[in-house]
Amino acid sequence: MSFRYEIRLSGEGGQGLVLAGKVLAEAAAIYDDKNATQSQSYGPEARGGASRSEVIISDEDIDYPKATNIDLLLAFTQESCNRYSKDVRNDGIIIIDENAVTKLPEGSFRIYAVPIIDVARDKIGRVMVANIVALGIIASFIKNVVSEEAIEAAILSRVPKGTEQLNLNAFQVGLELGKKIAA
Amino acid sequence: MSKEPRPDVGKNVRVMTGNEACAEGALVAGLYFYAGYPITPSSEIAEVLSERLPQIGGKFMQMEDEISAMGAIIGASLTGAKAMTATSGPGFSLKQENLGYASIAEVPCVVVNVMRGGPSTGLPTLPAQGDVMQARWGTHGDHPIIAVAPTSVLEVFMLTIRAFNLAERYRVPVILLMDEIIGHTSEKVILPDAATIEIWNRQAPTVGPDEYLPYKITESGVPPMAKFGEGYRFHVTGLVHDETGFPTNNSVQINKFLGRLNSKIDRHADEIITVTSDLQENATVGVFAYGSTARSAKRAVMLARQEGARVDFINPTVLWPFPEKQVSSLAERVSKIIVPEMNLGQMAHEVEWAARGRADIVKINRIDGEPIKPDDIVKAIVENA
Repeated sequence: MSFRYEIRLSGEGGQGLVLAGKVLAEAAAIYDDKNATQSQSYGPEARGGASRSEVIISDEDIDYPKATNIDLLLAFTQESCNRYSKDVRNDGIIIIDENAVTKLPEGSFRIYAVPIIDVARDKIGRVMVANIVALGIIASFIKNVVSEEAIEAAILSRVPKGTEQLNLNAFQVGLELGKKIAA
Repeated sequence: MSKEPRPDVGKNVRVMTGNEACAEGALVAGLYFYAGYPITPSSEIAEVLSERLPQIGGKFMQMEDEISAMGAIIGASLTGAKAMTATSGPGFSLKQENLGYASIAEVPCVVVNVMRGGPSTGLPTLPAQGDVMQARWGTHGDHPIIAVAPTSVLEVFMLTIRAFNLAERYRVPVILLMDEIIGHTSEKVILPDAATIEIWNRQAPTVGPDEYLPYKITESGVPPMAKFGEGYRFHVTGLVHDETGFPTNNSVQINKFLGRLNSKIDRHADEIITVTSDLQENATVGVFAYGSTARSAKRAVMLARQEGARVDFINPTVLWPFPEKQVSSLAERVSKIIVPEMNLGQMAHEVEWAARGRADIVKINRIDGEPIKPDDIVKAIVENA
């Protein structure tokens, strides 16, 4: 049975969502031998502005590389949550940063609120790795689509030299958080 | 699965963007000289080549603007180097004058335009297909040009190589038209072994410098090209010239030259044009789409067929010369042709011309920086089937 899994990572420019999307796509395509595309849409600003990064994972060729019927949405900001939750499918998953997103989207979604940015700052010591913490949380929800090991391998091959351990820690913390809420 | 990175897994399997694939393809084709001025959404092409070209003994130059970058690649090409520049809409506008020069002086080169929303600085980070007519007629006067339009990352790689091949064989500037979606989307690709890829090089003169006529009228319509610096002295000009390369006002010579110049691409159109077709028996409606819009269309055709529609799909990967024969035969098969484009209907006019009243044209257009969604095309197919 063929499948097409759609993930949208959203927030503002500078939060590392494009990189997180590329990691997911590489995990699926290179380490888990599936097909994957990653595309993005952002404004002309280097920081700020609504930004989204979309990953399509399938066991078939991927024709349209944009998300239209989203299985999982990550929202790091209220604005991105407002703008980008409308394409989430019925019963789809929405993971929000609980401090940034206070007004929840209306609809029949499974919404999980996690203080992702706080966790990155308090447990890892770097807000910068919030994107990798989020990947850990997401990994707990999409085990049947991409394996934890594949995501970890993709993180290691993508992050700057010297930051591997920092990012692995962030991923582990995310995984633990995710396992609690996804269970 | 091991917890360590697995560089051995899928050795030739990579996840790369269209822009990265363009740079890779250019290197495989034999690119030696790149000059450019970075601009979103094409900058990664320059970024990759600024690192890779020096490693293999090539030259990378960041110029002061897009005009000089176009001039630089023309100069480099005259010495025999395979040369390329990359830009987006605003830069493509600036390159038009020198593009005409490359066209009349018959200097092979590849000009990449990763299209974004226009006009002017427009929508720098958002996709559009608004430059397809500019690719054909952006520079003044009747002139030959080739434009190719890939739809996937792998196709970017292959068509970049083909762009060089066509430029070298026909001594013509070739425009590689991507859009932001194709340039920036990361996709799984398995690149073919470089040894299996056919590379065409320009034809060198078979006579010595004393007998060499740089713009000789040959059977193919393409004169052999000497490299500057190898003893062949000749004149290169933007003025209309005779076989010697020097300007002429003689109408016999003008007609000879411009006749050859403007027919050399059309004469070889069958060899140049490539179209991907997915036809269905008893189709009542057709879809003509190119670039990233072809991916929406491909999905739409699949979904519409599931709903019982009988639909033909053609995706030209060469836009100029226009695939007139293919569109003409599509118009024989169906009564409506749907043309989705991220512009206000630029290629739809060409499709209508080629259909010559045998099929009605249904346009789907968007210029707000959002792609045309498969569902919008499905709706049009079902309504017109």
